[in-house]
Amino acid sequence: MSTRNIAAVIVFSIVAVFFIFTALLMHPFGVPDESDMDDYIIDNTQEETGANNGVTAVVFDYRGFDTLGEATVLFTAVAGVIMIFRRLKND
Amino acid sequence: MTKMSKIVRTISGIAFPFAMIYGLYVIAHGHLTPGGGFQGGAIAASACAMILVAFGSKWTLDKIKEKRLSVFESLGGIGFIAIALLGLVFGAAFFNNFLTGSNFLFGTIPATGSGLADINTGGVLPLMNFAVGLKVIVGLFVIVLVMAYAATSFKEDKK
Repeated sequence: MSTRNIAAVIVFSIVAVFFIFTALLMHPFGVPDESDMDDYIIDNTQEETGANNGVTAVVFDYRGFDTLGEATVLFTAVAGVIMIFRRLKND
Repeated sequence: MTKMSKIVRTISGIAFPFAMIYGLYVIAHGHLTPGGGFQGGAIAASACAMILVAFGSKWTLDKIKEKRLSVFESLGGIGFIAIALLGLVFGAAFFNNFLTGSNFLFGTIPATGSGLADINTGGVLPLMNFAVGLKVIVGLFVIVLVMAYAATSFKEDKK
Protein backbone atom coordinates (compact mmCIF):
# COMPACT_ATOMS: atom_id res chain seq x y z
CA MET A 1 0.00 0.00 0.00
CA SER A 2 1.52 3.28 -1.03
CA THR A 3 1.54 6.42 1.12
CA ARG A 4 -0.99 7.96 -1.21
CA ASN A 5 -3.53 5.20 -0.59
CA ILE A 6 -3.02 5.35 3.19
CA ALA A 7 -3.63 9.10 3.15
CA ALA A 8 -6.76 8.58 1.06
CA VAL A 9 -8.12 5.98 3.51
CA ILE A 10 -7.47 8.29 6.49
CA VAL A 11 -9.17 11.26 4.83
CA PHE A 12 -12.09 9.09 3.76
CA SER A 13 -12.66 7.76 7.30
CA ILE A 14 -12.55 11.27 8.79
CA VAL A 15 -15.09 12.56 6.27
CA ALA A 16 -17.30 9.47 6.78
CA VAL A 17 -17.30 9.97 10.56
CA PHE A 18 -18.32 13.62 10.12
CA PHE A 19 -21.14 12.65 7.75
CA ILE A 20 -22.44 9.97 10.13
CA PHE A 21 -22.42 12.37 13.10
CA THR A 22 -24.25 15.01 11.03
CA ALA A 23 -26.86 12.44 10.00
CA LEU A 24 -27.39 11.46 13.64
CA LEU A 25 -27.77 15.12 14.70
CA MET A 26 -30.43 15.92 12.07
CA HIS A 27 -33.89 16.92 13.27
CA PRO A 28 -36.79 14.53 12.46
CA PHE A 29 -38.33 14.67 9.02
CA GLY A 30 -41.06 17.31 8.61
CA VAL A 31 -40.31 19.08 11.91
CA PRO A 32 -38.19 22.20 11.28
CA ASP A 33 -35.96 23.54 14.05
CA GLU A 34 -37.11 27.13 13.63
CA SER A 35 -40.69 27.45 12.38
CA ASP A 36 -41.21 31.16 13.11
CA MET A 37 -41.00 32.23 9.48
CA ASP A 38 -43.21 29.35 8.29
CA ASP A 39 -45.88 30.25 10.83
CA TYR A 40 -45.71 33.94 9.93
CA ILE A 41 -46.13 33.26 6.22
CA ILE A 42 -48.96 30.75 6.75
CA ASP A 43 -50.82 33.14 9.06
CA ASN A 44 -50.32 36.44 7.22
CA THR A 45 -50.01 35.64 3.50
CA GLN A 46 -53.67 36.05 2.68
CA GLU A 47 -54.19 39.44 4.32
CA GLU A 48 -50.80 40.89 3.37
CA THR A 49 -50.57 39.89 -0.29
CA GLY A 50 -54.15 38.95 -1.07
CA ALA A 51 -53.09 35.69 -2.74
CA ASN A 52 -54.51 32.32 -1.72
CA ASN A 53 -51.43 30.48 -3.03
CA GLY A 54 -48.70 30.91 -0.45
CA VAL A 55 -45.93 29.64 -2.71
CA THR A 56 -46.64 32.28 -5.37
CA ALA A 57 -46.84 34.92 -2.64
CA VAL A 58 -43.38 33.97 -1.40
CA VAL A 59 -41.88 33.71 -4.89
CA PHE A 60 -43.25 36.98 -6.31
CA ASP A 61 -43.76 39.13 -3.22
CA TYR A 62 -41.65 38.19 -0.19
CA ARG A 63 -38.71 36.95 -2.30
CA GLY A 64 -39.13 39.10 -5.40
CA PHE A 65 -35.41 39.63 -5.85
CA ASP A 66 -34.87 35.88 -6.12
CA THR A 67 -37.38 35.69 -8.97
CA LEU A 68 -35.67 38.61 -10.68
CA GLY A 69 -32.44 36.60 -10.57
CA GLU A 70 -34.22 33.54 -11.94
CA ALA A 71 -35.62 35.54 -14.85
CA THR A 72 -32.12 36.89 -15.51
CA VAL A 73 -30.74 33.33 -15.57
CA LEU A 74 -33.37 32.35 -18.15
CA PHE A 75 -32.56 35.43 -20.26
CA THR A 76 -28.83 34.65 -20.11
CA ALA A 77 -29.45 31.03 -21.11
CA VAL A 78 -31.51 32.07 -24.14
CA ALA A 79 -28.94 34.68 -25.18
CA GLY A 80 -26.09 32.16 -24.86
CA VAL A 81 -27.88 29.46 -26.87
CA ILE A 82 -28.76 31.92 -29.63
CA MET A 83 -25.18 33.24 -29.71
CA ILE A 84 -23.61 29.77 -30.00
CA PHE A 85 -25.94 28.45 -32.70
CA ARG A 86 -25.96 31.67 -34.72
CA ARG A 87 -22.19 31.28 -35.15
CA LEU A 88 -22.59 27.63 -36.16
CA LYS A 89 -25.15 28.63 -38.77
CA ASN A 90 -22.95 31.26 -40.42
CA ASP A 91 -19.76 29.22 -40.78
CA MET B 1 -35.60 18.47 -38.32
CA THR B 2 -37.88 17.39 -41.16
CA LYS B 3 -41.62 17.15 -40.78
CA MET B 4 -43.22 13.94 -39.53
CA SER B 5 -46.06 11.90 -41.04
CA LYS B 6 -49.50 13.34 -41.72
CA ILE B 7 -51.06 11.44 -38.78
CA VAL B 8 -48.65 13.03 -36.29
CA ARG B 9 -49.14 16.48 -37.79
CA THR B 10 -52.96 16.25 -37.62
CA ILE B 11 -53.01 14.97 -34.04
CA SER B 12 -50.55 17.58 -32.78
CA GLY B 13 -52.57 20.27 -34.57
CA ILE B 14 -55.66 19.11 -32.65
CA ALA B 15 -53.85 18.79 -29.30
CA PHE B 16 -51.99 22.12 -29.56
CA PRO B 17 -54.84 24.49 -28.56
CA PHE B 18 -55.77 22.37 -25.54
CA ALA B 19 -52.18 22.22 -24.24
CA MET B 20 -51.78 25.96 -24.86
CA ILE B 21 -55.03 26.79 -23.03
CA TYR B 22 -53.99 24.61 -20.10
CA GLY B 23 -50.65 26.44 -19.87
CA LEU B 24 -52.34 29.84 -20.02
CA TYR B 25 -54.84 28.66 -17.36
CA VAL B 26 -52.00 27.70 -15.02
CA ILE B 27 -50.39 31.13 -15.59
CA ALA B 28 -53.64 33.06 -15.07
CA HIS B 29 -54.53 31.17 -11.85
CA GLY B 30 -50.99 31.33 -10.47
CA HIS B 31 -52.08 33.18 -7.34
CA LEU B 32 -54.90 30.73 -6.56
CA THR B 33 -53.86 27.19 -7.54
CA PRO B 34 -50.52 25.36 -7.61
CA GLY B 35 -48.35 26.60 -10.44
CA GLY B 36 -47.55 30.05 -11.71
CA GLY B 37 -45.61 31.84 -14.39
CA PHE B 38 -42.68 29.43 -14.63
CA GLN B 39 -44.74 26.23 -14.53
CA GLY B 40 -47.51 27.36 -16.88
CA GLY B 41 -44.92 28.84 -19.23
CA ALA B 42 -43.13 25.49 -19.38
CA ILE B 43 -46.43 23.73 -20.25
CA ALA B 44 -47.23 26.22 -23.04
CA ALA B 45 -43.66 26.09 -24.35
CA SER B 46 -43.83 22.30 -24.53
CA ALA B 47 -47.02 22.67 -26.60
CA CYS B 48 -45.07 24.92 -29.01
CA ALA B 49 -42.20 22.39 -29.03
CA MET B 50 -44.69 19.67 -29.99
CA ILE B 51 -45.68 21.72 -33.06
CA LEU B 52 -41.98 22.20 -33.83
CA VAL B 53 -41.27 18.44 -33.67
CA ALA B 54 -44.32 17.55 -35.78
CA PHE B 55 -44.00 20.18 -38.51
CA GLY B 56 -40.22 20.64 -38.68
CA SER B 57 -38.04 23.63 -37.91
CA LYS B 58 -38.07 25.11 -41.44
CA TRP B 59 -41.88 25.34 -41.51
CA THR B 60 -42.03 26.78 -37.98
CA LEU B 61 -39.36 29.37 -38.70
CA ASP B 62 -41.24 30.41 -41.85
CA LYS B 63 -44.40 30.98 -39.80
CA ILE B 64 -42.82 32.72 -36.79
CA LYS B 65 -39.93 35.11 -37.17
CA GLU B 66 -37.13 34.84 -34.61
CA LYS B 67 -36.90 38.64 -34.23
CA ARG B 68 -40.55 38.85 -33.14
CA LEU B 69 -39.98 36.17 -30.51
CA SER B 70 -37.06 38.13 -29.05
CA VAL B 71 -39.31 41.20 -28.88
CA PHE B 72 -41.86 39.19 -26.88
CA GLU B 73 -39.24 37.87 -24.48
CA SER B 74 -37.84 41.34 -23.86
CA LEU B 75 -41.40 42.57 -23.33
CA GLY B 76 -41.87 39.97 -20.58
CA GLY B 77 -38.62 40.90 -18.85
CA ILE B 78 -39.20 44.64 -19.11
CA GLY B 79 -42.78 44.22 -17.85
CA PHE B 80 -41.55 42.28 -14.82
CA ILE B 81 -38.99 44.94 -13.88
CA ALA B 82 -41.45 47.76 -14.67
CA ILE B 83 -44.05 46.33 -12.27
CA ALA B 84 -41.32 46.04 -9.62
CA LEU B 85 -40.30 49.67 -10.22
CA LEU B 86 -43.96 50.79 -10.01
CA GLY B 87 -43.84 49.40 -6.48
CA LEU B 88 -41.05 51.89 -5.82
CA VAL B 89 -43.14 54.74 -7.27
CA PHE B 90 -46.56 54.02 -5.72
CA GLY B 91 -45.56 51.99 -2.68
CA ALA B 92 -42.69 51.83 -0.25
CA ALA B 93 -40.01 49.74 -1.91
CA PHE B 94 -38.83 47.80 -4.96
CA PHE B 95 -41.18 44.79 -5.46
CA ASN B 96 -43.75 46.35 -3.12
CA ASN B 97 -47.23 44.91 -3.67
CA PHE B 98 -48.96 48.27 -4.14
CA LEU B 99 -52.22 46.93 -5.64
CA THR B 100 -53.30 44.87 -2.62
CA GLY B 101 -56.07 46.53 -0.69
CA SER B 102 -56.68 49.19 -3.34
CA ASN B 103 -60.00 49.29 -5.17
CA PHE B 104 -58.22 48.98 -8.52
CA LEU B 105 -57.34 45.80 -10.44
CA PHE B 106 -56.79 42.59 -8.38
CA GLY B 107 -57.24 44.58 -5.16
CA THR B 108 -59.62 42.39 -3.12
CA ILE B 109 -58.24 40.76 0.03
CA PRO B 110 -59.64 37.24 0.59
CA ALA B 111 -60.83 35.95 3.96
CA THR B 112 -58.09 34.20 5.95
CA GLY B 113 -58.34 30.42 5.87
CA SER B 114 -59.61 28.10 3.18
CA GLY B 115 -62.61 29.01 1.08
CA LEU B 116 -63.76 29.82 -2.43
CA ALA B 117 -61.05 31.53 -4.46
CA ASP B 118 -61.64 34.87 -6.15
CA ILE B 119 -59.66 35.67 -9.32
CA ASN B 120 -59.71 39.40 -8.47
CA THR B 121 -57.15 39.06 -5.66
CA GLY B 122 -53.39 39.07 -5.30
CA GLY B 123 -52.34 42.64 -6.14
CA VAL B 124 -49.41 42.64 -8.54
CA LEU B 125 -48.90 38.85 -8.38
CA PRO B 126 -51.13 38.01 -11.40
CA LEU B 127 -49.46 40.73 -13.47
CA MET B 128 -46.01 39.43 -12.57
CA ASN B 129 -47.19 35.90 -13.37
CA PHE B 130 -48.25 37.08 -16.83
CA ALA B 131 -44.91 38.81 -17.45
CA VAL B 132 -42.84 35.83 -16.29
CA GLY B 133 -45.13 33.43 -18.17
CA LEU B 134 -44.64 35.31 -21.45
CA LYS B 135 -40.90 35.33 -20.84
CA VAL B 136 -40.74 31.58 -20.11
CA ILE B 137 -42.98 30.55 -23.04
CA VAL B 138 -40.96 32.51 -25.59
CA GLY B 139 -37.57 31.82 -23.97
CA LEU B 140 -37.91 28.02 -23.86
CA PHE B 141 -39.46 27.94 -27.34
CA VAL B 142 -36.61 30.03 -28.78
CA ILE B 143 -34.02 27.68 -27.25
CA VAL B 144 -35.67 24.60 -28.80
CA LEU B 145 -36.32 26.35 -32.14
CA VAL B 146 -32.78 27.65 -32.60
CA MET B 147 -31.23 24.29 -31.63
CA ALA B 148 -33.52 22.39 -34.04
CA TYR B 149 -32.83 24.80 -36.90
CA ALA B 150 -29.06 24.69 -36.31
CA ALA B 151 -29.13 20.87 -36.25
CA THR B 152 -31.04 20.82 -39.56
CA SER B 153 -28.71 23.23 -41.35
CA PHE B 154 -25.65 21.45 -39.87
CA LYS B 155 -26.88 18.13 -41.29
CA GLU B 156 -27.49 19.73 -44.70
CA ASP B 157 -23.98 21.20 -44.75
CA LYS B 158 -22.49 17.77 -44.15
CA LYS B 159 -24.21 16.23 -47.20
